Amino acid sequence: MTAVLETIGLERRFGGLIATSNVALRLERGARHALIGPNGAGKTTLVNLLTGVLAPSAGRILLDGVDITTLRQDRRVRRGLVRTFQINQLFGDFTPLTTVGLAVSRRLGLDTQVWRRLGSRKAVVDGCVEVLERFGLLDVMNTKVATLPYGRQRLLEIATAIACGPRVLLLDEPAAGVPEAEREGILAGVAALPADVTVLLIEHDMDLVFRFAQRISVLVNGAILTEGTPSEIAADHRVRAVYLGSDHG
Amino acid sequence: MRAAAQAALADLGRWRWPEVAFWVAAWGSWLLLPEQHLLLNEVAILGLFALSLDLVLGFAGIISLGHAAFFGCGAYVAGILARLGWGDPVLGLLAAGLVAMGLGFVTSFLVLRGSDLTRLMVTLSVSLVLFEVANRMAWLTGGADGLQGMVVGPVLGWFAFDIFGSVAYAYSLVVLFGLFLVARRVMHSPFGLSVRAVKGNALRTAAIGIPVNGRLVAIYTMAAGYAGVAGGLLAQTTQFVSLDVIAFHRSADVMLTLVLGGVGYLYGGLIGALVFKWAQSWLSDLTPEYWQFWIGLVFVALVVIGRERVFGWPAAVLRRIAR
Repeated sequence: MTAVLETIGLERRFGGLIATSNVALRLERGARHALIGPNGAGKTTLVNLLTGVLAPSAGRILLDGVDITTLRQDRRVRRGLVRTFQINQLFGDFTPLTTVGLAVSRRLGLDTQVWRRLGSRKAVVDGCVEVLERFGLLDVMNTKVATLPYGRQRLLEIATAIACGPRVLLLDEPAAGVPEAEREGILAGVAALPADVTVLLIEHDMDLVFRFAQRISVLVNGAILTEGTPSEIAADHRVRAVYLGSDHG
Repeated sequence: MRAAAQAALADLGRWRWPEVAFWVAAWGSWLLLPEQHLLLNEVAILGLFALSLDLVLGFAGIISLGHAAFFGCGAYVAGILARLGWGDPVLGLLAAGLVAMGLGFVTSFLVLRGSDLTRLMVTLSVSLVLFEVANRMAWLTGGADGLQGMVVGPVLGWFAFDIFGSVAYAYSLVVLFGLFLVARRVMHSPFGLSVRAVKGNALRTAAIGIPVNGRLVAIYTMAAGYAGVAGGLLAQTTQFVSLDVIAFHRSADVMLTLVLGGVGYLYGGLIGALVFKWAQSWLSDLTPEYWQFWIGLVFVALVVIGRERVFGWPAAVLRRIAR
């Protein structure tokens, strides 16, 4: 199997604090990989490093074997590395339709067009409808995003990333703050991705992680503690110690 | 649902009847208010200048307190060309716009970094530096005495400027309308949407693969060109350029104008310009010494009460009727 996304000795320091320490992560094509770890383990920092929001202090990031360590955020997205945010990052005065429309336009390379209207291409309209339908957002497609209920905004957060046509998708706690009943919508939308799309799920909800992932990495204090299949991780006494406190270990 | 989505997307850039009415009124004013042409010419020029600031502030979210730098640049380019004997207005205007665009492109890199406060300081500083440059280069700009001896030819070699401002207003209105149509078209394109996205959330804009800085440079450059054309129009239609075109109060006035009319929907600058110039003219007739006091008071009231509540109800009535 070939690695789609790989990090080598990735490190990030904030002054004296080491937020990411010598992380070697390897995602195969089509992997359903989860990254778990207690609060403050450095999970979001790792996503920020992978996507270029933060620059690493040391180490390298490879996408399809190409070094992307110094590549700008938007360039990484164009190479198919797309993320969602733990805290919704949406355009409050857009509608779901224009939000997704912009992402689809970008995917089709139409975002620099200055003279055509957004909806003048059939491919854009089709792309919008497909994504909005998958996440059940068609009924609110013309509602101002800022006025949508939180659960719907969360779905749009994921839908926007998927509209970018990811080859590697980093989901940063997609179910955070979403009521139990609405989590299925998010899961279903992600599950419908083509099998060759690689997904890295960062999540607190163990139920979700064990249902979704084929492999799990455990991040503690910025370093990878262990990696394995869900059953291996569930049986690992060190992981239990981290989550339940060392007294139970 | 596909048809509904297509219809909703197609609806984004559709002309609505209040817009058509606005432009019919604008053109009608040329026919029906001949004695107001001088004032209306000023309105059109300020409107174009405020439209330029709207592109930067209302669409891209870049706060600027030095937008007069580009206005002044355009005014001096058109003025100096006319003094050197290149008096064709249209070519002069083109040159004014292009040089201002160049200046906008170069200085745009200064506004990419930092917060609103940094941008405020940087844009202000750029305009102050250029003011001093214009002041010192008196051999070219006339310095504090102003640029004397401009000879502006007839528009398209046919329409000579008259003392009533009739040709001037028609000329400014044609330019304003043309550039407005371009801005409207561009702002409804995917590019325009991506510029608004930067204002809405720069982090997410980058995360969907759009280069944030590239978009800011592009829109800043475009807006600088618009401001340069507005400055060129003022120079050509008044046949005079002084340091006033690049002074701080001009940057402040255009900001007030735009805020008065509202940001981010293209018409704010035009409506603001009409209200601002009309209030200025009316108040200075009423109290020649204290008109600035009253205009200041109006602005304070507007901020305290809120523009939405002052102008909101006629707009709401209009929307109700439009439906």
